Amino acid sequence: MEKILLKNIDKPESHKIESYIKNGGYNAVREALKLGPDDIIQRVKDSGIRGRGGAGFPTGLKWSFIPKDPTLDKYLCCNADEGEPGTFKDRAIMDNDPHLLLEGMMITSYAIGAAVGYIYIRGEFEFGAKRLEAAIDEAYREGYLGKNIFGSEFSLDMYVHRGAGAYICGEETALLESLEGGRGQPRKKPPFPALAGLYGKPTVINNVETLACVPAIIEKGVEWFKSTGTEKSPGPKIFGVSGHVKKPGLYELPMGTTLRELIYEHCGGMRSDKPLKAVIPGGVSAPLLVPEDLDTTMDFEAMGAKGTMLGSGAVIVMEEGTCMVKVAYITNRFFSHESCGKCTPCREGTIWITKILKRLEEDRGRPGDIDLLEELCGNIFGRTFCPLGDGAVMALRGAITHFRDEFLNHAAHKGCTA
Amino acid sequence: MLTDKVREEILKITAKYYNKRSAVMDALMLVQKDCGGNITRGDMEDIADMLEIKPHEVNAVATFYTMYNYAKPVGRYHIQVCRNISCALLEAERVIAHIEDTLGIKTGDTTPDNKFTLSTAECLGSCGTAPMMQINDNYYENLTPDKVDAILKGFE
Repeated sequence: MEKILLKNIDKPESHKIESYIKNGGYNAVREALKLGPDDIIQRVKDSGIRGRGGAGFPTGLKWSFIPKDPTLDKYLCCNADEGEPGTFKDRAIMDNDPHLLLEGMMITSYAIGAAVGYIYIRGEFEFGAKRLEAAIDEAYREGYLGKNIFGSEFSLDMYVHRGAGAYICGEETALLESLEGGRGQPRKKPPFPALAGLYGKPTVINNVETLACVPAIIEKGVEWFKSTGTEKSPGPKIFGVSGHVKKPGLYELPMGTTLRELIYEHCGGMRSDKPLKAVIPGGVSAPLLVPEDLDTTMDFEAMGAKGTMLGSGAVIVMEEGTCMVKVAYITNRFFSHESCGKCTPCREGTIWITKILKRLEEDRGRPGDIDLLEELCGNIFGRTFCPLGDGAVMALRGAITHFRDEFLNHAAHKGCTA
Repeated sequence: MLTDKVREEILKITAKYYNKRSAVMDALMLVQKDCGGNITRGDMEDIADMLEIKPHEVNAVATFYTMYNYAKPVGRYHIQVCRNISCALLEAERVIAHIEDTLGIKTGDTTPDNKFTLSTAECLGSCGTAPMMQINDNYYENLTPDKVDAILKGFE
């Protein structure tokens, strides 16, 4: 498969504009400016691309919700708050091929009528933020950003906004709150950002990888994009594999690649003789899968049918001997740490779940702890403002469903039987 | 007290946004870096003045995000070891214990010479090169105890 997302990252000086142009960069945006906004949105719709940040919302449809009124200010925000544990794909693009993201943002801004674009990058990614700022400076110097780009009527300013350590800012309305200078707490929807987003203006928020797909959709065409992947989840996807495999890392493969192919062919299989015990397929919010599920394809539909999700495509592989109670504890400790505190079920519930999992992990569990965990899950799921609480619950339920005996043994002080 | 240099930079940042308030995150980080680690109440009042917001609104931001060291002083080098799942699977705990032994401090503490503070962090987005840590702005990946020793020596 021809790569479009990671094609440049190993090239010398891949972060520089000269290198990007030499490798065919900034042709797609020239092409797009000839097409006009409506045609671009139609093409992106026809390509069937779905958001790569985790939710899988159809990108073209999202763009089409933006009002056409030319007197309204509109914004594009790139969600680069990559924080779902196990995910490290957007960072690779920003560190090594920042102009690919900029070109995707230029085309998107033109399509939706935005004159300003912000890249909301998580604060820890200092290196990536500097690379992006340098890339933006280069683009201004070449006249690719600023007034009347390529002699057209289109003008665009672009800025980097650094986060400061908050997983919740990956939620799109929390990201907007943060960008406006507040605590990153999600907003009530509706109104959706397409109508009232940043500073109350129509706003599109797209993930880095989604935006990085846009130049190829324009340049290579809709049919080319659809020829990769599955019918309902077309295109290439970056899978980030971590954990107990021989070759962890990033793999750009067609949507619909099986977990087995990803782990045993591309990642070289398990790191030792110990067989695979469980896989988290899409970042820690995604319920885990077990060896029987390895022939499941990595796309939005097949993962959904298995009761889990493709999420960000962050695949965390665990070998036999891994304590699932400990995995659940680490995961929920994260969620309780990152709960923004806005709504009670998530703020209080994730703390209690973490406390119970900690005592189970330390063999100080009490009879009935597993029932208590399940009751708490029921009190969080579907009752929170944003999906953070749901993610915590889904992950925990998945672990208990598949490894109930391990949880019960910990509760009965029989020690870890993993 | 904000230095003139910081004031000038904050002013430049406000130009990126529709309203000045949006500059509060960058302003806090600039102040933190400029003053060598810790943001004070007075700094927050100065920032509030510059951005035409209330001091409590600056405080609300300073206390929400983990990267601001308001009321949590740190040493010159802030070591943050990722303890989330991908790093934990590859023995991040061993890395943390090794640093605790080497520096003679517990997680959360600062060495008596105020040189190192050791913290744990949630996922830093470097999972394919686990286990990893961040020291100030830089990432250190694929860690082993030997590698950690060499890195810490580099700060001497």
